[in-house]
Amino acid sequence: MRVIQMIQKGLLTSLMGMIGLLMLFPIIITFTNSLMTGQELKINYGVIGKLTEATSSGADTFVNVKWVPDKVTLEQYGNLLVHSPAYLLMFWNSVGLVVPIIVGQTAVAALAAYAFAKLKFRGRDPLFLVYLLTMLMPFQVTLVPNYIMADKLGLLHSAGAVILPGVFAAFGVFMLRQFMLHIPYAYIEAAKIDGAGHLRIFLTIILPMVKSGLAALIILLFVDYWNMVEQPLIFLDNPFKQPLSVFLARLSGEWEMVFAESMLYMSPMVLLFLYSETYFIEGVQLSGIKG
Amino acid sequence: MKKWFFLCAPLGRVRWMRRDAAAAWLFLMPSAGGFAVFYLIPFVMGVMVSFMSGVSGGRFVGFANYQELLASHSFRKAASNTFYFSMVSVPLILALSLGLALLLNRNIYLRNWLRTSFVLPLVVPVASVIIIWQMIFDWNGILNYTLSRFGIERVDWMKTDAARHVVLVVYIWKNVGYNVILFLAGLQQIPKDYYETAQIEGAGRFRQFFGITLVYLTTTTFFVVVMSIINSFKVFRETYLLAGDYPHDSIYILQHYMNNMFVSLDIQKLTAAATLMVCGIMAIVLGLFGLERRYRQFME
Repeated sequence: MRVIQMIQKGLLTSLMGMIGLLMLFPIIITFTNSLMTGQELKINYGVIGKLTEATSSGADTFVNVKWVPDKVTLEQYGNLLVHSPAYLLMFWNSVGLVVPIIVGQTAVAALAAYAFAKLKFRGRDPLFLVYLLTMLMPFQVTLVPNYIMADKLGLLHSAGAVILPGVFAAFGVFMLRQFMLHIPYAYIEAAKIDGAGHLRIFLTIILPMVKSGLAALIILLFVDYWNMVEQPLIFLDNPFKQPLSVFLARLSGEWEMVFAESMLYMSPMVLLFLYSETYFIEGVQLSGIKG
Repeated sequence: MKKWFFLCAPLGRVRWMRRDAAAAWLFLMPSAGGFAVFYLIPFVMGVMVSFMSGVSGGRFVGFANYQELLASHSFRKAASNTFYFSMVSVPLILALSLGLALLLNRNIYLRNWLRTSFVLPLVVPVASVIIIWQMIFDWNGILNYTLSRFGIERVDWMKTDAARHVVLVVYIWKNVGYNVILFLAGLQQIPKDYYETAQIEGAGRFRQFFGITLVYLTTTTFFVVVMSIINSFKVFRETYLLAGDYPHDSIYILQHYMNNMFVSLDIQKLTAAATLMVCGIMAIVLGLFGLERRYRQFME
């Protein structure tokens, strides 16, 4: 009986393992191939993008995907640092857009979330519904409004046009409210009786209690904005101000260091995720359960 | 401030409530102000523009912009593609993620590692794996290589109707982990003794699945459906990075249309399309939540 159970468990695990491996395939390939020499990449992947000419020459024109490089080398990373100063610039552009958005949205959203979660005022629920609905809209819907406003405020073609709408986006409010709803009113009542004002309550009671919520929000925002493509594409017309996400998409065909570039771009996200997986998952689940 | 509070505290609860409201607006001010400036006011302006003949100094033209929009061939193509994609992708990802969550929830080795591997694609930036999708779906790519091994003709994945499947694969790869997390949370909330009772009463596996698991997952499922629809609109980013402004007809979705209207400065059509899209999404979301509420009442 126990043996059969163990075999069952093993079979199930290996099935799931195969699916998991399939999911990880793009990430693993990017990593191992970032250690290949540019020459090896050219030989293996040179046929990509050569459409119809290849068909006539025979069947042997497929790519040759390799899990393990012939020779492990940091050549791509070296090239990247030495020959491609644009890459580092774009990396900093990404950081320069993402960090202000995260700091700003977390601060603004924490204040608003407290009002929505723990204070009573007229029009609270309808207002929250409006917040919620904008959160669900694709970027293209708010594209024109954002554009009109950026134009009016003279922000067009500057980083502010990307950062400010990010700071005031509804997601942070929604998520921190979810975390704050779980705090019992008794804490607030007790503090009030002790004579604490709302600001004191917020700073000394609420914020420390939603620490994990703040962590989760920061991670989710980082993932979201590190990945943004549309906003910078439209609001920043100077190619030297654009973040990595836009820059990388233009690269296909240059095999010398493309995997190293991808790897450096995704690794902050992947490492942050592996480091803080529990916060991430808690954040997703909590913003889902009582949505 | 403390002193003042001390003075008015004995005046009773009504005063407290009013103070609450004043404090609430103070806390809300930064967020609500920015939200109004960057989302609400301009959005209302956008809706107004959609009924005008020009951005500034135009006159009121009623639904003329909408008529023109609905008559436009590329808008209809984009709208039907968007609709088609959601209709196919949402049920598919729902079934897949529920299946994976159920298997993960069973007695299995390496559970946390497996969960990590399903969720990891969610945090990987789109632009960094575009190169991999190209390697797979290229004419000379991995997929065609595999097919040819089995003696199947090559497919030009990106430039025929098959592009739909490419987008579907990319969407599922990216989003299945998100739904798995949500379903896992839902599954863990079902009390274990329900299953024990059912077992004692002789209910089989299938009865247990349909009678307990699915019933208690309804709320989660509704939420997953809403999020899957929303996320299915976000697949634009992948399509855009893979195929550019004008991809193959079969994957030309509403966002392409709106982007292109924006580039050609056809603000009337763009705002009209945006307004219609907002109405559509609101109808879907509010409809689904209404349905969920009625279902819950029916259950009680």
